[in-house]
Amino acid sequence: MPLKGLLISFWTIVRKDLVRIFRIWPQTFLPSIVTSVLYFLIFGAFLGSRIGDLEGVPYILFVVPGMVMLAIMMNAYNNVAFSFFSSKFFMRTIDEILVSPTPPWVIIAGFVTGGVVRGILIGLLVLLVSLIFTPLALTNILVIIAFFFLSSVIFSLAGLVNGVYAKSIDGINIVPTFVLTPLIYLGGIFYSINTLPGFWQIVSQFNPVFYLIDGFRYGFLGFSDVPLALSLTVLVALTAFLVGFAWYLLKTGLGLRQ
Amino acid sequence: MSQPALEVRDLEKTYVSEGGRPGTKALTGVTLTIEAGDFFSLLGPNGAGKTTLIGIVTGLVRKTAGKVRVYGVDIDEDHEKAKTFIGVVPQELNINIFEKVFDIVVNQAGYYGIPRSAAIPRTEELLRALGLYEKRFDKSQTLSGGMKRRLMIARALVHNPRFLVLDEPTAGVDVELRRGMWDYLQKINKEGTTILLTTHYLEEAEQLSKHVAIVNKGGIIAHGTMRDILSHLKTETIFLDLAGTITDNALGDLKGYHPKKIDPTTISIEIGEGKGISDAIVSLHGNGLQVQTVRAQSGKLEEVFVKLTKEDNAA
Repeated sequence: MPLKGLLISFWTIVRKDLVRIFRIWPQTFLPSIVTSVLYFLIFGAFLGSRIGDLEGVPYILFVVPGMVMLAIMMNAYNNVAFSFFSSKFFMRTIDEILVSPTPPWVIIAGFVTGGVVRGILIGLLVLLVSLIFTPLALTNILVIIAFFFLSSVIFSLAGLVNGVYAKSIDGINIVPTFVLTPLIYLGGIFYSINTLPGFWQIVSQFNPVFYLIDGFRYGFLGFSDVPLALSLTVLVALTAFLVGFAWYLLKTGLGLRQ
Repeated sequence: MSQPALEVRDLEKTYVSEGGRPGTKALTGVTLTIEAGDFFSLLGPNGAGKTTLIGIVTGLVRKTAGKVRVYGVDIDEDHEKAKTFIGVVPQELNINIFEKVFDIVVNQAGYYGIPRSAAIPRTEELLRALGLYEKRFDKSQTLSGGMKRRLMIARALVHNPRFLVLDEPTAGVDVELRRGMWDYLQKINKEGTTILLTTHYLEEAEQLSKHVAIVNKGGIIAHGTMRDILSHLKTETIFLDLAGTITDNALGDLKGYHPKKIDPTTISIEIGEGKGISDAIVSLHGNGLQVQTVRAQSGKLEEVFVKLTKEDNAA
């Protein structure tokens, strides 16, 4: 297919997903808003004053980047995982794309873009909600944009891999519940790893989510637990790995074609 | 000479079982050619391998061995190009029930790289031709079964494929709609679209096809023109409705036709192998019995199909 055709195919996948995301907005946008309001109420209004400062900033301000990242990661992941899985499992509409000349990398780009758009939109909404509870500090807007983008891409790709591989609805639910949620919550949303014992500090550095939250927090607050360059290197490498893995799955048809 | 629409050589497919071990052998070395412009029917009992064959050609099933070329393009070398030639109507309904009829067809054009400015008039043309234009802004879940089948045909044709693959497109469709679909398929075949059809309605294949292949247990057991296939049938059973009651003498005179009395005024006879129907009618007339109507037991193709698959299963 010529480049123009590939772009049309890409946009068709993205457009279809965006129409779905906005059609079911109470399911796609509201839950994260409600959850973040509750967290901000608990850690800001109710507990924040008792906890005091962390790393020299009020606790609620410390938590905001992590809460935004939590919303981005979960939404990007769930969007692609569910969208892809339902198109292959419930209505088998993925065949519409598989019988067409759309190459695997365009399918990946299309589905991931849907997840990225949803992740970033919800991240921005949570950021807006946080303004009700605390004024924001901004250190480096470019770093913030980079981590907004990286986190949504990584988790969209992970969702795609899960969506391709999953053989049942359990396969879609198990990973977020038993893998992602622990990784996210132990990735430093609510604490700095400097507050952990030495052993757990080392363990945390094997958690890719830690680098996302740490780098993102740097963009707002100007400090991080590990150097920014290390976070970026880890995340770019993880993105490349996930792109390669997703491409391999779609190219070979593993989990998709019998 | 133009390229065949489809060339399949020694095609094999063994599905993998849950434990990763080789499972069902669905295709056991199929070789088949469908010429451009043909209306080709692939017949076979459930589980014979028809859908597997179509799945491999269209990219939904991975082959174990063999070669497939679509208009000369090897699917191992450039499946994406081969797919541009093909339109597929799958056996299972696979339309998004929340999407509107119009969007389903226009989006499919998008996957083939066709801009909306070209896809929209083409979609309108197809929806009109298939009687779905009035429903174009309805969600697909509101359509009847027959309408959903026609929607899948419109979707498969939106990119003007040279080769249309239909896997049981008329399953569950009432007679009137089915005949309407036949007319439409014959029309696009005359206009140059090659058609590969699988169906359980053998009457459908008999009416529409130029060439036929019968598949059983993953292999092709008969392949040729409709005339070639029908020639497998040496005799044919015919029912005769008589104006009067059949007598033993009249039955005796029809001995060579293996007559059977169905009821007092209806008999069946076997014709063929040098025994024509006119001699039987003359014989009955000689016994004072007028023949009011003559009926075939079933479609000839159906009889051939049953005969060949029985023989193959017994082998």
